Amino acid sequence: MNRKVVVVDGARTPFLRSGTDYMDLMSWQLGQYAIKGLLTKTGVEPDKIDGVIMGTVISNLRTSNVSRESAVTAGIPSRVPCDTVTMACISANRAIANGYDRIVSGQADLIVAGGVDNTSDTPISFRKEMQKKLFNAQKLRGFGDMLKFLFTLRIKDFLPERPRVAEYITNRTMGQDCENLTGAYAVGRKEQDEFAVNSHHKAHAAAEAGHLNDVVEVALPPKFRPLNRDNGVRGDSALEKLSKLRPAFDKKYGTLTAANSSFLTDGAAAVLLAEEEKAKELGLKAKARIVDYVFTGQDLDDELLLGPAYSTYRLLQKTGMKLEDFDVIEMHEAFAGQVLANLKCLASAEWAQSKLGYDQAVGEIPREKLNNWGGSLSIGHPFGATGARLVTMAANRLHAEGGKYALIASCAAGAHGHAMILEKI
Amino acid sequence: MSTENTGISREDFVRIEKKDGVATLWLDRKGEKMNVVNPGLINMMAGVFEELENDNEVKAVVLISGKKDFIAGADINAFKAEKEGDFQPISRKGHEILARIAASKKPVVAAIHGTAYGLGVELPLACHARICSDHKSTKLALPEVKLGLLPGGGGTQRLPKLVGLQASLDMMLTGKNIFAFPAKRMGLVDDVVNKNKLHQSAVALAKRIAEGKWTRPKRKKKFVQWFLDDTGIGRNIVFSQARKTVARMTQGNYPAVPEIINCVEIGLKKGNKAGYEAEVIKFEKLMLGQVSKELINIFHVMTDKKKNPWAEVSKKTNTIALLGAGFMGAGIAEVSIFNDMDIFMKDISQDMITDARKLIWKSISTKMKRRIYSKADAQEVMGRVRGQLDYADFDKVDIVIEAVPEKMDLKKAIIKEVEGVARPDTIFATNTSALSITEMSKAAARPENVIGMHYFSPVPKMPLLEIIRTDKTADWVIGTCYEAGVRQGKTVIVVKDGPGFYANRILAPYLNEAMLMLEEGAEVADVDRAMTKAGYPVGPFKVMDEVGLDVGAHVMTGDMIDVVKEREGVKVATGLLDMFKAGYLGRKNKKGYYLYHPKTGKRLKGNPDVYQYFGGKPRTKFDPTEIQQRCLMQMLNEAVMCLEEGIIAAPVDGDVGAVFGLGFPPFTGGPFRYIDAVGAKAVVDIMEGLMGKFGPKFRPAKMLKEKAEKGERFHG
Repeated sequence: MNRKVVVVDGARTPFLRSGTDYMDLMSWQLGQYAIKGLLTKTGVEPDKIDGVIMGTVISNLRTSNVSRESAVTAGIPSRVPCDTVTMACISANRAIANGYDRIVSGQADLIVAGGVDNTSDTPISFRKEMQKKLFNAQKLRGFGDMLKFLFTLRIKDFLPERPRVAEYITNRTMGQDCENLTGAYAVGRKEQDEFAVNSHHKAHAAAEAGHLNDVVEVALPPKFRPLNRDNGVRGDSALEKLSKLRPAFDKKYGTLTAANSSFLTDGAAAVLLAEEEKAKELGLKAKARIVDYVFTGQDLDDELLLGPAYSTYRLLQKTGMKLEDFDVIEMHEAFAGQVLANLKCLASAEWAQSKLGYDQAVGEIPREKLNNWGGSLSIGHPFGATGARLVTMAANRLHAEGGKYALIASCAAGAHGHAMILEKI
Repeated sequence: MSTENTGISREDFVRIEKKDGVATLWLDRKGEKMNVVNPGLINMMAGVFEELENDNEVKAVVLISGKKDFIAGADINAFKAEKEGDFQPISRKGHEILARIAASKKPVVAAIHGTAYGLGVELPLACHARICSDHKSTKLALPEVKLGLLPGGGGTQRLPKLVGLQASLDMMLTGKNIFAFPAKRMGLVDDVVNKNKLHQSAVALAKRIAEGKWTRPKRKKKFVQWFLDDTGIGRNIVFSQARKTVARMTQGNYPAVPEIINCVEIGLKKGNKAGYEAEVIKFEKLMLGQVSKELINIFHVMTDKKKNPWAEVSKKTNTIALLGAGFMGAGIAEVSIFNDMDIFMKDISQDMITDARKLIWKSISTKMKRRIYSKADAQEVMGRVRGQLDYADFDKVDIVIEAVPEKMDLKKAIIKEVEGVARPDTIFATNTSALSITEMSKAAARPENVIGMHYFSPVPKMPLLEIIRTDKTADWVIGTCYEAGVRQGKTVIVVKDGPGFYANRILAPYLNEAMLMLEEGAEVADVDRAMTKAGYPVGPFKVMDEVGLDVGAHVMTGDMIDVVKEREGVKVATGLLDMFKAGYLGRKNKKGYYLYHPKTGKRLKGNPDVYQYFGGKPRTKFDPTEIQQRCLMQMLNEAVMCLEEGIIAAPVDGDVGAVFGLGFPPFTGGPFRYIDAVGAKAVVDIMEGLMGKFGPKFRPAKMLKEKAEKGERFHG
C-alpha cells in the first residue's frame, strides 16, 4: 500500500520581536495558541490526532517536552503521545519530516507537527562553578554549614550566563560564520541590504493582501489586546536607511547588520499532516502533498549555512526533478548574506564541480519565485517554529499563485540543511 | 448478615477490608452511581460499628467511598414523614449512631474525595479526623437549607465546634460548596492529599491517632475572630447580626434559616444534649412544612429537567458562535467554555470582544485563586474563546447564537449572512427577548434550523434557559440546543413561539401593574418592599433598574404589549417609555427608579424624580397585601393563559420558567403549584374581588375558572 502524506493546513501565532508582547509567556503557551488555532481552522476532531511533534531550540527545563504542554492545553486528548525534537533552525522541519515518516510507515494517520520558541523566556543559568556550589549546597544542614557555604561565594558567581547563539564546536556566532560565508562567495553589503528591504516590502504587501491567513489571533490576559500581525515587518524599510547601519558582527570589515540579519523572534507554528485517504474520509480538505524531503550535514568550519544548496541538490538528485519544475520556492532567511551565498552556489558550475562532484550548476533560482510573501528577515524567525511557517506558506502560495510544485530549503546551526518538495492538491 | 427491616444485605452498601489493625469501610452502594444515605445505611452502620468496636484486631477505622463521589447526601425519597413524631425516631437513631462513632475509643478517619453533601459532611464531622483529596471535584457542603431543611445529622452542633461559629453559620445558611484547600484552611478537614494517596494517607493517619501520636494542631485565631467565635458577648453579636441579615434576606419566608441559627445557639448556650434535641424536633417540623415540600419538589424537577427529551435525535455541540460580544455574549461564552465547548465570538467592535474576554477572565481568575484551576487549566479554558470581526471558519460552527440589537430587519439580514457561510446543519439561535422568531425565520432558507435560546442576565448566575420553537423548528434542533443548555448548567424549558414567549410574557403584566400603581400614587420603594416580602428576590422596580430600562422599554413596546393592549380594560403604563426617552437606563447609568451612589454605584433610596412620568400625584401609602395581590394575580393569570394557548406544554414548565427565570417565590413551587396549594377557587375569588375594584383586567383566565369550578388541580 502506498501511503501519501498531505498537509491539510497550517496555523501560527503572530511572530513577535523578542521582548515584546510575549515577554511574560512561556513557550508552551505559544504552542497552545498555534495548535488550538490549527484545530479550529481545520475543524479536525482532536480525538482523531495520533501524535503531536513540536520542534524547539530554547528549551525551558520545566517544560522540556514542550509539545506535551502545548498540545494538552490546546485540547488534544491526553492519550495522544507528544514529543519534542530539536535541530536548531530546522527543528519544525524535522518535526514535520518525522510526522511524514510516521504516516508513511503506518504508525499514524494524523499528526500535528510544528515548533515553538519563546526567546523572551530564555533560561538564564549560573556559571558552571556556581552551579557546582549550589548543587552541593542542597546537602547543607544547619546554620554552620550554611555560613560556610556563604563564605565560599564570590561576586562573580552571581554573574548570570546567558546562552549565546554560537556554535559550540567552533565557538563562533552564526553572524560571524555568515560574515565568513559572504567573504568566501563575494556577497556585498548592498546586495544584502536590497534583499532585506525587499523581504520587508514583500511581507508587508502579503499581510495587506490578506495572504498571511495562517496567523491566528492571540489575546493575552489580563488586557486581551488582540495580536494578529507580525510585529517585525517594516513596510517602510528603505535602502538608504539600511545602508547607514553599522556592521553587527565584524565591526571593521563586516557586511552583516542588524537589518540584513533575522532578529530574535517569539512564536509558534503548526501544520496538520494526514494520510491522504484518511483526510478524505474525515472530510479534511488538504492543500498540498509532501513529495519527498532530505536532511544534510555540511562542514562546520566553512559551510555552516550552506544547507539550502546542499539539500536542494540532494533532493533534486533523489527525485529526478529540476529547479525549473518549481513554481514556488521558500528559502529560510537567517541572513540576507546566507540566502545570496546559497543562490550563488546553486548557480555556479564551479561550485557544483568542486563540492558536489557534479558536472554542471544545480540551477538558477528565479527571484520572482523566491519568498514572495517575505521571509525570516522580515516576518521573523522563532527558531523552532520557522519550518512550519515555511511549509504552510509554500502550500498557501501554491494556491494563491497557481503553481504545481514548491521547494522548501533551510539552513541550521550545526551545519545542517533541509529541503522538502510539496505538490499542490 | 442482613440488617433488620430493610432486607438489604450489608454487602450492598459497604466492603470491609481489614489490614494491619485498620478496618477500611468502602462505601459502595451496589447498582447505583452514588452513595446516598437512607435508613438502611444508617441501620447497617450501627451494626458495623458495633462489630468493629468488639473486634480486638481492629485498632482504627477508615471511612471512604468506592464511588467517584463520597456521599451525595440523603436519599430524599427514602425519608418520609406524614405527621409529627414520624421522623423523630429516625433522627434520634441517626444521632445515636453518629454519637457512637464520635465516642468510639477506636479512631475513625473519614477520607473524602468528590462530592460530600449533607450527611456526607455530617458523618465525617462525627469522625475523629477528616482528610480529603485536592481534586477539583472534591467539594463539601451542607445544602439542607436549600431544601428548606436544617443539617439534621448533628451538623448544627458539631460544625461550630470544629470551624468556629461564624464559619459554620456561613456554611449552613448559604449551603455553599467548600473546596479542598479552603476546607483545610477553615479546619473542616485536617489534611489535603492527592486522590490516589487518599486511602493510604487516611490509614496512616488513623494508625497514628490510634497510637496516640497525633493531635489536631491548634489553629491560631485573630483576636476579632476569637472574640466573635469564642466569647459570650461576641457570640451574641454574631447571633443578632445573623438574625438581622437573614430576616432582611428571607423576609421570614424560609423558616429553616432562623431555625439553623436557633439550633446552633441552643447548642452553644444550653449544651450539646439540648442542641441535638432541638435539631431533632426542628428538623421534623421543617420537613412537615409546605416550604420544604416545595423546595424539595423543585429540586426533583431540576433533576428531571437535566434529561433531554430529544436525546435520541440530538447532536453534540463542540463550537458555538456568538454574534455580539456584549454582557450577555460574555456570559454565554463563560458557561460554554467551562463545559468543554469552543466559542467564536464575533462582533463588529474589537473593543467589545476585548471587554468580553476581560469579563470571562475575571471569572477564571476567581477559580484560579480558589485553586480550582491551575495556571494551565486557566490558559486552556481561556484558549477556547476565539474573537473575530468576520465570519471566518463559520463552517465549523454547530450553533450560532445571535445577541445583536433587537431589530427585526437586522436579525433577518444576519440570518441570511450566516446561512451563506455556515453548514446546512448549523443551528441559528436568536437570543431575542421580544421579537417573533417565526417572523424572523421567514428570512431563512432553512427555517427548520431557526430557534430561540433565551438566556437570562447575568447568564452565569441565572439558571434558566428558555428554548423557543416555531412550528417549523426541527426536533433535532430543539434537542441539540437542549443538550447544549444542560451542559452549560442551565435548567431548560421548551416553549412555543408567541409574543414574549413565556417568561417575559408573564413578567410584562406584572411590571405593568406595578407601574400603574405608581400612576395611582404608590411609592417605588413600597411596591418593591411588598413584593420582596412576598418572596420575590427583588421587587419589580429593582428588576427594571437591573436589567436596564432600555430592555424594559423594548419589552413594553414589543409584540407582547400589543397583545395585552387589546384586552378588555387593560391600560399600559407609559412611564417607563418616557423615562427611557428622558435618558433613564437604570443601574447602567445610575439613573433609574432608584438613586445610586455616584462613585460606588450602591443603590440608595427611591428616586422621587421618576414620579413625574407617572402622573406626578402626591404619594400615598398602599396596602402591602393589595400590592402583592395585584402584581401576583397578573402574573398567575398570564401564566394560565400561556398554558391555555399551548405556549408552555405543561404546568411544570410554567413553574420552572417562573422560579428560575423570574425569581417567582421558590418556596411556593411556582405559579401553578401556588394555585394548587391555595386552591384555584380561592385564586379566582381574589381575582374577582380585584376585578370589582380595578376592572376587567383581573378577569380570571378561562382555564383557571374551569379548574376552580371543577375543584381540580393543575398538577395531577
